[in-house]
Amino acid sequence: MLTLRNLSKTFNPGTVNEKAALTGIDLHLDKGDFLTILGSNGAGKSTLFGAIAGSFVVDSGSIHLDGRNITNLPDYKRSKYIGRLFQDPLKGTAPNMTIEENLALAYLRASQAHSPFSMITKADRRDFRERLAMLELGLEDRMDHPVGLLSGGQRQALTLLMATLVTPKLLLLDEHTAALDPATGEKVLALTERIVAQNRITCLMITHNIPSALRLGNRTLMMKDGRIVLELAGKQRAGMTPEQLLQAFREQGISNDRIEFSAQ
Amino acid sequence: MISTAVIFSALELGFVYALVALALFLSYRVLNIADMTTDGAFTLGCAVSATVALAGHPLLAFPAAMAAGVCAGFVTAFFQTRLKIPSILAGIITNTGLYTVNLAIMSFSSNVNLMGKDTLFTLVQPHLGAVYKLLPAMGITLAAGAALVLFLMTRLGLSVRATGDNPDMVRASSINTAFTITVGLCLSNALTALSGAVLAQYQKTADINLGTGMVIIGLASLIIGETLLPRGKLWVKALGAVLGSILYRFIIALALRMDLPSECLKLISATIVALAIGLPAIQDALKPATKGGKAKC
Repeated sequence: MLTLRNLSKTFNPGTVNEKAALTGIDLHLDKGDFLTILGSNGAGKSTLFGAIAGSFVVDSGSIHLDGRNITNLPDYKRSKYIGRLFQDPLKGTAPNMTIEENLALAYLRASQAHSPFSMITKADRRDFRERLAMLELGLEDRMDHPVGLLSGGQRQALTLLMATLVTPKLLLLDEHTAALDPATGEKVLALTERIVAQNRITCLMITHNIPSALRLGNRTLMMKDGRIVLELAGKQRAGMTPEQLLQAFREQGISNDRIEFSAQ
Repeated sequence: MISTAVIFSALELGFVYALVALALFLSYRVLNIADMTTDGAFTLGCAVSATVALAGHPLLAFPAAMAAGVCAGFVTAFFQTRLKIPSILAGIITNTGLYTVNLAIMSFSSNVNLMGKDTLFTLVQPHLGAVYKLLPAMGITLAAGAALVLFLMTRLGLSVRATGDNPDMVRASSINTAFTITVGLCLSNALTALSGAVLAQYQKTADINLGTGMVIIGLASLIIGETLLPRGKLWVKALGAVLGSILYRFIIALALRMDLPSECLKLISATIVALAIGLPAIQDALKPATKGGKAKC
């Protein structure tokens, strides 16, 4: 499904700020894989997402999605197949457009069949309503409200819905619950789990929370200095407790306060 | 005090110039770009309209002027999106170049006279009677406004709106911002040029200086409209721009009535725009003082 071969990226090469953000990353995901990624700040997790989504061109290596080489495809062409959520809930929605218009934008751009001049139909609107109702946030009755009036958690839930309205080939979640209060974060996380499972979406999720890294998904990666230093799957992962994983972190010398707190 | 003739001419001009307010609604409010091409594109519309009306047919002048406006918008968008020239500078460069282009269209004469020639208005005069100027001006503006609102509800229109509303979101979604900015600026300049085209036939003359200050007049109208109809759906906002333009013309008519020299009007427009756009900052600056000094950190 997704294959990364020997991916490398160095920022500001040849300057004092030179930073090898990714070094020889090899990774393969099968359809339906849900991979959680742990690592300290600056480990290259977000850079990895940037490389997959096409925010920059990688220095070497290749990226294949669903058998197609997308290494040099511009970001806006990749995002037809790749949904992406950021930590900042304000980044994923247009505040002065209504909930319905935001959904329409996501729907009309992701589905291939529409001409540039197509508009949302009554049937689409009913569909949006049903999907919004599944979020259980009462948004289905506020479809003509500007998104700017929603809370961070509501906006992030809406962004998640928009990213999966037309099922993407790949979903990238970059600490998408970290900026929310714990209760809302849990709710959005449960929602993520449900939507990903229902649509069997191949998914990568960056988190600093060790229990959710183990609980969600079927594989876990640990990154350090632009490399993958530990990969857990299958029985080894199933038998792992948060405490043991934390220990592994400490052994790599990459633990930090956020990770320590989350494991308690 | 104010005669029917004055009311009629304010309404007529209000509708004609409302196209510029609609254009700025698209570029300034929706796309978040202050498009300095506006002045030149307006004169371009005038020049093309008068020249085509003289040489061809007055009705052919409108699509021709709009096509010319699209080209002007495209050039500005090209500077901005491909050559990475800052948006304001991109508009000013196009605007400067357009001066020569506009003169060339009018055969290097600073004005073109349509006296005694057919215009849209003389063509419909036998059928419409007294409202022969008001109805066409109103019809064109309302049709253009409706088309703009409908466009903004399409997939492409939604993409254009998102481009201006949340660049972060757009970068992460499958929207090519270079394309949406180009589409937006082409359309807005087509509207501006259409406004100039109607005006040239309305007053039976095109002049190289007709567009000077047009961007400020359009912004003033847009802001007056937003004060009249502060919130609402898209069509309410578009209607606000039209009403703002009409109200602006009434303010001008009143000012002229009070024997204010017409040379003062641009200063008044500039003041209105500066105050209206600066209002939030002014309010912020005044707030701590009225609240008696909050904790500074």
